[in-house]
Amino acid sequence: MKRSRVGVHCFLAAVTLLWLFPVLYALYTSLRPYSDTAEHGYVSIAHTLTFENYRTAWTQADLPHYYLNSLIVTVPAILLTLTFASGVAFTVSRFSWKFNLPLLMLFTAGNLLPQQVIITPLYRLFLEIPLPEFMSDSESLYDSYWGIIGIHVAFQLGFCVFVLSNYMKTIPMELNEAAMVDGANVWRQFWQIVMPLCRPPLAALATLLFTWIYNDFFWAQVLMQTGDKRPITSALAGLQGQFFTDNNLIAAASLVAALPTLAVYFALQRHFIGGLTLGATKG
Amino acid sequence: MRLPKTDKLVLAVMCGVPTVLLLAFVWFPALASVGLSFTSWDGIGGVGTIEWVGTRNYSQIFSIYPPFWPALRHNLYWLAFFILIPTTFGIFLAVVLDRAIRFSRLYQSALYLPVMLSLVLVGFIAQLFYSQDQGFINGLIGQQGTGPDWLGNPDLNLWAMMIAASWRHVGYIMVLYLAGLKSVDESLRDAARVDGANEWQTFRQVIFPVLKPINVVVLVVTVIESLRAFDIVYVVNGGKNGLELLSVLVYDNIVGEASRIGYGSAIGTILLVLALGFIVTYLVQNFRREQRP
Repeated sequence: MKRSRVGVHCFLAAVTLLWLFPVLYALYTSLRPYSDTAEHGYVSIAHTLTFENYRTAWTQADLPHYYLNSLIVTVPAILLTLTFASGVAFTVSRFSWKFNLPLLMLFTAGNLLPQQVIITPLYRLFLEIPLPEFMSDSESLYDSYWGIIGIHVAFQLGFCVFVLSNYMKTIPMELNEAAMVDGANVWRQFWQIVMPLCRPPLAALATLLFTWIYNDFFWAQVLMQTGDKRPITSALAGLQGQFFTDNNLIAAASLVAALPTLAVYFALQRHFIGGLTLGATKG
Repeated sequence: MRLPKTDKLVLAVMCGVPTVLLLAFVWFPALASVGLSFTSWDGIGGVGTIEWVGTRNYSQIFSIYPPFWPALRHNLYWLAFFILIPTTFGIFLAVVLDRAIRFSRLYQSALYLPVMLSLVLVGFIAQLFYSQDQGFINGLIGQQGTGPDWLGNPDLNLWAMMIAASWRHVGYIMVLYLAGLKSVDESLRDAARVDGANEWQTFRQVIFPVLKPINVVVLVVTVIESLRAFDIVYVVNGGKNGLELLSVLVYDNIVGEASRIGYGSAIGTILLVLALGFIVTYLVQNFRREQRP
């Protein structure tokens, strides 16, 4: 018994180290000047450690600018997705209509489609939908923040509706009935009774959505033509080769780009895991 | 329950606006993909220049479009590899970590770290290891610059990419499976133990069958992730020279110089067909219980 425990711990510790190693190696490489690695090779003890690569990535590649782009996309997309999803989930979980089940399935299935199934017509559709110039200098949904936010909201709605409607079903109907007897209209039932009770899944979903939308590469790569307007995750691919010429710089830029999600990982890990598992186990 | 008119209107808006958005941006394009796959269109001329060509796109893709069969093969390799290695390993880790052992949370956190990273960053970090002249692996074997070209050699690069992507997938599956294991009734395990089953027998014959819902979720997640794979190969070399995937071909046909909407749509439709069975399985699994009282 005792001996097998030791074996399990040795195994898990080895796997854990193996799993952390790539990130630690990236951190180590990013702190070494290129001259150091060129002279001694990448697998060697560093002779100097500096933040020079971070300075280069930060200023020359103008990473703060791309952070801002990510912010412009991510925050409105999260808020809109959660608002819309709550509305749908409230309707299908509190009122019995014959469309409830088909609607839920439509939303859930939408989230499971590979993005590439819808991208070709979507790309053409975005080119066709005009926007006034004050909204986007591209004058269409294509190459505009509105378009990117729109597709994120539409695509992520499915998962959020699924999770929220499952959660709302666990809230006793009596609460709504009592409110109705007291003369509360549907909007007040939604906003003042059901929504405050949904804080745990909303927090979990917000954390998940942040990572998914921030980490998006595909939508921005196809639907955002102007490199300067791209969020950081997709901008990095374009900056590679242009600014990031050696592995030390690539490591530094990668870690800078990962910083927000790593912060979420350390601060809100429980929410993140909670959100994923809400989607997987209830239903 | 009879509702006043304004309440009905409020509900219609709350439900209607998101539904319209979903239909317009997800389902309309999905169906349009199927429709456009039977046409020829350069995407530049108006909708009037769309020409009906029947199944020509498909017959060309199957016969004279060189990257199609390699891409399909690579996607299937990807899927098989994902199911055999990271998914299985993730489930295994979940089973080990589910038993009350010390430091369990610590181990979980470490294994979970890569899940937070985008596949773009996983691709970047992979380059730190695989690069021929600046990579860790060739440095370790003392052949910096002369060792194997892990990313350039078409016989090696797909495997290198699948291993990198697995680094992320294991943690994802582990978390999903752990949640499922937590929901297993403890008395089932006790009963198996009383009957003299060892740990492997308990898992194989008692726990695994009970966890059918989570097994379906894990399978569907693995399949969809394998079909969606794009970012990680695209940042490495644009999805060429051994790294062709169906998703890359769709991308090439819309954003290339020769925009071929019909071709892109046809490959998208093939992806849809591959995914559809699993999506339906997932829906059946999740919503069958809705019908019960």
